[in-house]
Amino acid sequence: MFLSDSALERLRVAADAPDLAGTRYRLLGKLGQGGMGGVFRVEDSTLEREVALKVINVADPSLSARLLQEARVIAKLEHPGIVPVHDAGTLPDGRPYYTMKRVQGNRLDELVNDSVGIADRLRMFFRICEPVAFAHAHGVLHRDLKPANIMIGPFGEVLVMDWGLSKLLAEGIASADNGSVAEERAADPAAVVATSHGSVLGTPGYMAPEQRNGETVNQRADVYALGSILEFLLQDAQPRGPARLAAICRKAKAEDRDVRYASVADLADDVAHFVDGLPVSAYPESVFGRAWRWIARNRTWILLLLAYIVVRALLIFFRPR
Amino acid sequence: MQALSEDTGIGGARHQFPQTRWSVIEGARSSQPEQRQRALDVLVSAYWKPVYKYIRLHWGKPNEEAKDLTQDFFTRLIEKNLLDRFDPAKARLRTYLRVCVDGLVMNTDKAMQRQKRGGDVAILSLDFVSAEGELLELPIAAPAGPEEFFTKEFARSLFGLAVDRLRNECATKGKSLHFQLLELYDIDEGGKQLTYEEVSMRFGIKPTDVTNYLAYARREFRRIVLEELRAMTGSEDEFQREAQTLLGVRLS
Repeated sequence: MFLSDSALERLRVAADAPDLAGTRYRLLGKLGQGGMGGVFRVEDSTLEREVALKVINVADPSLSARLLQEARVIAKLEHPGIVPVHDAGTLPDGRPYYTMKRVQGNRLDELVNDSVGIADRLRMFFRICEPVAFAHAHGVLHRDLKPANIMIGPFGEVLVMDWGLSKLLAEGIASADNGSVAEERAADPAAVVATSHGSVLGTPGYMAPEQRNGETVNQRADVYALGSILEFLLQDAQPRGPARLAAICRKAKAEDRDVRYASVADLADDVAHFVDGLPVSAYPESVFGRAWRWIARNRTWILLLLAYIVVRALLIFFRPR
Repeated sequence: MQALSEDTGIGGARHQFPQTRWSVIEGARSSQPEQRQRALDVLVSAYWKPVYKYIRLHWGKPNEEAKDLTQDFFTRLIEKNLLDRFDPAKARLRTYLRVCVDGLVMNTDKAMQRQKRGGDVAILSLDFVSAEGELLELPIAAPAGPEEFFTKEFARSLFGLAVDRLRNECATKGKSLHFQLLELYDIDEGGKQLTYEEVSMRFGIKPTDVTNYLAYARREFRRIVLEELRAMTGSEDEFQREAQTLLGVRLS
């Protein structure tokens, strides 16, 4: 049978679309293509609302398990910066799926442009750190943090997406109080983050060296990715980020993970110190540098003091003899 | 980690993906003549039109010469055991076949080949008239490159075979209406504008039946395409890459 180009395209879309027959969902369109499958816009006919449905494209048990793991991981993480999961299961065609809140907004890599100042960029960065730190506190690594996986909502809300490579740290919950850094168990087959084709999952440029090499990873791998995101946010910022911010990026992205910030909170604290004009741990300063920063930070008081001294001097100078 | 539970809001049968591991590569290398013949039949059914159109349009060969070259190509494929040299780790079968066609067109001495075959005797029964007619349906604009053209024509051929198979399977199962709905919405021009209510009135069924019948036909179409594709690839890796290229989906 001869198929026209348009029929070919429609059949291609039909073959890709999730089979929602007999379910509470109705297909409205496609939102995008993820690492393991597609994300579709569907209507939940029971609750009469639009949700996003993520489906993977084969009934491979390991991929099904990974999708279910992703759904369970996200379901555990109730945080405004993490998209909530509503439902999970298997479609009539055998493909596993889960539904989640439909997020409207822009990806970070599409949003950042020349009109966004450095202060706004740093505010975004803090909001990105919050859900990641929250996830770490609940024993979850993201492992694929990058601008394309971060959505900025219409009211400036930040959502960290695509937890498809996320990983529960060893033996469940890591302690948020003592700041302990749990690692993936080396014996865990998933510790080597590799596909069936032998390639390492993740995104070059945002992947820590130990992750690239398929070694065990801990939360410092996400610190590395956040350092790359900070670098991305600062790359064309006006005015250009000063040396202290560049030093923070370097420390977060150190090849040796022991040199990196021990936690996302430490990284965010250092950036907050920069914003407040306080010393940052990543950038040892000379006495002159410290003095200059002190002056810059207390500029108003220093100017008032100088004005007082000048006025007093003038009064003394012009005092009637 | 356990697999997704059946006990979900949706549920349904699982493992409906094509699991067959038979492929034309294994068949062509088989010592059993019937396996080799089956491999040739599958290969010819999916590839003869892309090969013919490729020779006609990419190489600019006239109708009669393109027919001879197409016949030559599939004859050589078997006689010279060309599939034995195919390594799925190095290339996709589709690309390998296209490169073989290029080599044939560049090197063939037409008169000698026809003599060897005993003149104009066609070995394979191929409907060149329909293929020639399809050429007229193709866009006038030249394709971006030989690989892209060959890929698209292979997809057209594969999907066409899948549609034919789906029609037959639906007829056998008494589900011809399911196929007609897929034909209306996904193949015929203009069917997409019809609402499910309009279609349900036309066929005398409930609107919910339209949704379910269409979903069935699409699900079966997807299954058949993946089955055919798996048969025409040499490895799991190639199968997944081809599915991504042809269906636009990533399988891993």
